[in-house]
Amino acid sequence: MTAYVEARTPLVNATRFRAAHEADWDQLDKILTLIEKRGVRAVPDQQLLVLPLLYRAALSSLSVARETSLDRALITYLEQLCTRAYFQIYGVPTSPMKQLAHFFARGWPEAVQALWKETLVSFLLTVAGALVAYLMIAHDPSWYYAMIPDGMAQGRDPTASAELLRQTLYDGGKDAQQSALALFASFLFTHNAQIAIFSFALGFMFCVPTAGLIVYNGLMLGAMIEVFASKGLGYNFIGWLMIHGTTELFAIMISGAAGFRIGLAIAFPGRLSRTDAAVAAGRSAATAMGGTVVMLAVAGLLEGIGRQTITNDELRYAIGLVMLAGWLLYFYMPRGKRDGAPA
Amino acid sequence: MARPPSRSSIAGLRRRFITPEGVDLNIELGTAGARAGAFLLDGVLMLGVLILASIAIGLMAFASQSILMIGLWIVGFFILRNGWFTLFEMGARGATPGKRIVGLRVVARDGARLTGGAVIARNAMREIEIFLPLSYFFASLGAMFTGGDVLLPLLALGWSMIFLFFPLFNRDRLRVGDLLAGTWVVHRARAQLGHDLAASAAQSTRPRRVFTDAQLDLYGVYELQTLEDVLRGGQTDAIVTVAAAIRRKGDMPDDGDDYGFLSDYYAALCGRLERGMMVGLRREDKYSKATRAA
Repeated sequence: MTAYVEARTPLVNATRFRAAHEADWDQLDKILTLIEKRGVRAVPDQQLLVLPLLYRAALSSLSVARETSLDRALITYLEQLCTRAYFQIYGVPTSPMKQLAHFFARGWPEAVQALWKETLVSFLLTVAGALVAYLMIAHDPSWYYAMIPDGMAQGRDPTASAELLRQTLYDGGKDAQQSALALFASFLFTHNAQIAIFSFALGFMFCVPTAGLIVYNGLMLGAMIEVFASKGLGYNFIGWLMIHGTTELFAIMISGAAGFRIGLAIAFPGRLSRTDAAVAAGRSAATAMGGTVVMLAVAGLLEGIGRQTITNDELRYAIGLVMLAGWLLYFYMPRGKRDGAPA
Repeated sequence: MARPPSRSSIAGLRRRFITPEGVDLNIELGTAGARAGAFLLDGVLMLGVLILASIAIGLMAFASQSILMIGLWIVGFFILRNGWFTLFEMGARGATPGKRIVGLRVVARDGARLTGGAVIARNAMREIEIFLPLSYFFASLGAMFTGGDVLLPLLALGWSMIFLFFPLFNRDRLRVGDLLAGTWVVHRARAQLGHDLAASAAQSTRPRRVFTDAQLDLYGVYELQTLEDVLRGGQTDAIVTVAAAIRRKGDMPDDGDDYGFLSDYYAALCGRLERGMMVGLRREDKYSKATRAA
């Protein structure tokens, strides 16, 4: 049997709770919808000021609702409301211009500085690769063909005459148009930057492919130097290479170092858990690598335009060395503590 | 009513996520399917942008007769390929257009702000997750058609597939990039506050049914919330079936008003279970006794 009763008092906590707070939730929902649709700027100041208060009130409503109410729709609603508010209050990055300014002022140089050991390893691997290639080709020139792909050699191989080699170093400036040089520069930049990103990502596989890439880069360098040096053009070739090479090789070494950092963090996490070590290394190494894209753009301009128009050896050396000194100073110059950071 | 499914399968993609205020937001991760869908959408959008931009640059090149436009195209292609994901995810919405359409958002796992370094890290890893398998795939295809050595590229393809399918091998659906950047991709839920079932029962002018303790002791929280779903769903045949089941079990007569009966029963059951919660007694489902939370 079922009895009936004339009762008006609410039976359920959710009813009382909704009556007391629903207006606040609605207001928060409206502000959030506005931000999500049209951005923070569309919201009047006084509403932005109450946003944190409404957010914390909603959080407290959620905590209470979880403990006292069985109305699932209410709890689901409050969860999504709090999550959306959380993203708007805590999740949004600072403005792009501020981020960019911080990146160049602190973020990037500090990230590169933190990679100094790995950068040194990259440098040594490059030098070792270059030395090995130099000695091997000096001993037996046929090794050259195993190291340098045909497309890249473009006739610059051990059989080439000194005259032809000299031409490759100083030609180009005479008949090339300015626009063709810019085209060349943009190609070099995107090609190298893609390699830099790739060598960073490959570091995930315990550094091995990145190390291979860096050593191979050194091998090609040493092979080319030997070909020119054996014809007495070593000094000229290094000048030709250096105008952009100090920037470009440095950038490749840094992105390789960034790859080493993540591979090492995963292989040897030390005191941290493996995931925590990976995250810490990944974020700072990625910052360092992101900046090398800028370096490679500079290198592309130097190579595509500067090298083809500047044919004086000493000037080439000077530009290359000034660039190198500039980068070294920028990255490794001691910086004060972060503002507000504990000393 | 059937035995409730285990809690873990309901909460399969729900994760603890504690705000600085100490409240668990209980966020829901994006499914692998949703993320693949978002990626495909982004791919299609990028292709669209590429085609439109190529036509525009082509027209400009035709008009200006300058090969500088080819350089512009090369740099533009690089920015599109590497910048699409990174720049959009660095923005205020934390999502690419594809993710926005599907309803996903990138969030730092530790609840902190999403930094530029994290976004670069998670997207640079696409090189080995997408590009590497893709290039081995084309290498295998090429070897197949030219009659070259197929085994080596196929082996490499199989190996690189590990990175592509990495999200399926871990609980949190993390890509390699997510793992390294300390991010995860969450479902961006939006829900309207449903009407108050108990209040609508209380405010109507008709008298309310009362139930005996024995009739209310039949069910626990799980059944209550299933009943809530039935009432909110509003499907007549479900309501008729459930009302009949409850009446049979509680030995209550059929008064011809199934919806009214269920609303009253819901409010009464909810009120009774909530009173139990006030003193720390919670009854999960009809099989269990009311227990105090540990």
